[in-house]
Amino acid sequence: MNHLLPLAVATPLMGAALLVAAGRFVPRVVAEAVGGAVAAATAALTLYLLLAVPSPVIEWVGGWTPHHGHSVGIVLHADHLALGMAALVSLLVLAVLVYSWRYFDEPPRKHAGSFPALVLLFQAGMCGFVLTGDLFNAFVFFELMGVVAYALTGYRVEAAKAVQGGLTFGVVNSLGAYAMLLGIGLLYSRTGELAMRHIGAALDARGAPDALVLAAFVLLLTGLLVKAAAVPFHFWLPDAHAVAPTPVCMLLSGVMVELGVYGTARVYWTIFAGPGGIPPEAVTRTLLTFGVLSAAVGAVMCWYQRHVKRLLAFSTVAHTGLFLIGLGLLKPEATGGIALYVLGHAGVKAALFACAGILLDRYGSIDEYELHGRAPELRLTAVYFAAGGLALAGLPPFGTALGKAVTEEAAGPWLAAVFVLVSAVTGGAVLRVTARVFGGFGPAPADDAECETSGEREQPETEQQLTRVPDTMLAVPGALLAGALLVGVVPAVRSAVGSAADEAAAGVTVIPVPPHWSAAGMLLGVLSAALAAALALLAVRRPQHTRSRHWVDPLRLLHSGHIGDYVAWTVAGTALLGALAVSGVLR
Amino acid sequence: MMDVLPYLVAAWVFLVGCYGLATSRNLIHGVGCLAVCQTATYVLLLAVGYRKGGTSPVFADFTPGARPVVDPVVQALALTDVVVGATVTALLLALVIQVAKRHHTLDPDELSELRG
Repeated sequence: MNHLLPLAVATPLMGAALLVAAGRFVPRVVAEAVGGAVAAATAALTLYLLLAVPSPVIEWVGGWTPHHGHSVGIVLHADHLALGMAALVSLLVLAVLVYSWRYFDEPPRKHAGSFPALVLLFQAGMCGFVLTGDLFNAFVFFELMGVVAYALTGYRVEAAKAVQGGLTFGVVNSLGAYAMLLGIGLLYSRTGELAMRHIGAALDARGAPDALVLAAFVLLLTGLLVKAAAVPFHFWLPDAHAVAPTPVCMLLSGVMVELGVYGTARVYWTIFAGPGGIPPEAVTRTLLTFGVLSAAVGAVMCWYQRHVKRLLAFSTVAHTGLFLIGLGLLKPEATGGIALYVLGHAGVKAALFACAGILLDRYGSIDEYELHGRAPELRLTAVYFAAGGLALAGLPPFGTALGKAVTEEAAGPWLAAVFVLVSAVTGGAVLRVTARVFGGFGPAPADDAECETSGEREQPETEQQLTRVPDTMLAVPGALLAGALLVGVVPAVRSAVGSAADEAAAGVTVIPVPPHWSAAGMLLGVLSAALAAALALLAVRRPQHTRSRHWVDPLRLLHSGHIGDYVAWTVAGTALLGALAVSGVLR
Repeated sequence: MMDVLPYLVAAWVFLVGCYGLATSRNLIHGVGCLAVCQTATYVLLLAVGYRKGGTSPVFADFTPGARPVVDPVVQALALTDVVVGATVTALLLALVIQVAKRHHTLDPDELSELRG
């Protein structure tokens, strides 16, 4: 029992309310400083709870504790994994507020508080989602972070693409959330409980699962996988990421999408892992199918992008696929590895988006072809970009590489090959952009494609095009990359993350060896980094083909930007989810 | 039959909303279809809480336990759900207005800047 826990959600909420109310009357510096201070205070609080208070921290809000095993109150259940995610969210929000410090051109000119207020609301939604132990409350926070994310994506309302991307994002995600709510209603009808642990216990007391439990599982997972952008639920993500303001992209790709994976893990472990839930083989089959599909589609689409932010967005799809594979293995080693991978990936991906934002604000373009050879003077940004690409590919000793190596060892040879290939392709795409944009290597690519999003003629997000990159914009990606490096290097971090994952995962009683570097893992990491470099070199050196047809064209045409298509794919994905889960239960 | 009818209605309403959304030729109509999908959740929640012969859970004129009442928890959930739905619909309609201003169309078939 620790009464400080609700403050992790309430502090950013109150900060946002304060900024909305008073933002009109204060200068911009004050509003942004208040926003940063509130985010930092929340980060400090979550870190204190994480490091100094014995886990798990359980708080029945308002003192509505259960009577005779039945509860009507709302419970916050924070183990180390949940607090760790909340701390990651808060630190990334702080990084984003520093990055946008005084640079970001905020449309409502007379209201300096609106952008930091929205970011703080986003933080409150995400912290609430990870900390809550109540399923309906999870839906509310899921929608809160969703709604704020739609608003932030379409924040620059004068940009035509931004409002379209925000609308697509909103429709698809809200549909997923309503599917999730249907699942919650079904579970409540069966158990009469909303606290996740109580639902799990009540299901186990009733014995083997039936059609209703299965339907609830499928509907809950639909909502969470839409958020996690698993193929074929992923279509909203590249559209939203290509158009959202850069600081928002850092949050969306860095943590929000990963919260879908976290939610899947939490829901499975606490509700469906027992004898009354879904059999482990069915869960493994479902998550591995969606994981491999996402990893493959994400990697291929990532390689064929020229819009740098869209490229990074597809790389997020690919990596979320890898996270789902690691989660679906249902092995404690793999879970620890994935937790490390998510931590490292958050730092690296946010840093890469920050660098892409620098390009956009300096040159008014985010297009790989148009920017060819135009940015040789941004040396530090080039170093960050190359380091980010190598880290994404899994070069030791970055945290991404450690997480990948640990998961590969638990996954067996075939899935390890998927990990190596996918990380090499996504890292290679970033290295290719680095070589072309900052180095000017190779012939300038011909501008011939029709069925793709180009990043030309974009508006910079600053008040005018930057002539000199501000120090805050350069310091933030550096700090984020350093953080990703520390995750891999500092032994205390990896053993803490490993034990947090073990504590949260269902049925793990023996604490296995904490995640560590092994010779094979190091070698595979170096191999995929080398592969990424080779791919980038080949792509840059290769003469440009102007073929009229290409084998990925059918896949690219599926990404049509049409809301109706995306909804149809979401329904199809739910059907696939149902088929996989049913086949696992019937067998 | 009468026991499962509300659940079938909820499933049908949800699917018909999805169908409308997938085939929509107008973004305002699309946002409306999303709201239809959400009404499925109201139907389901209220069906879950229904008790035969139960009255509304207001204990003003009788002592608790004297006669059956419907489940107040799901009514609280449905109310929260309405609030969430109002927020989402308002925000999406605001975005639709901006789409109409920037693209001069409300037909999703004519929005083709984001693809590939």
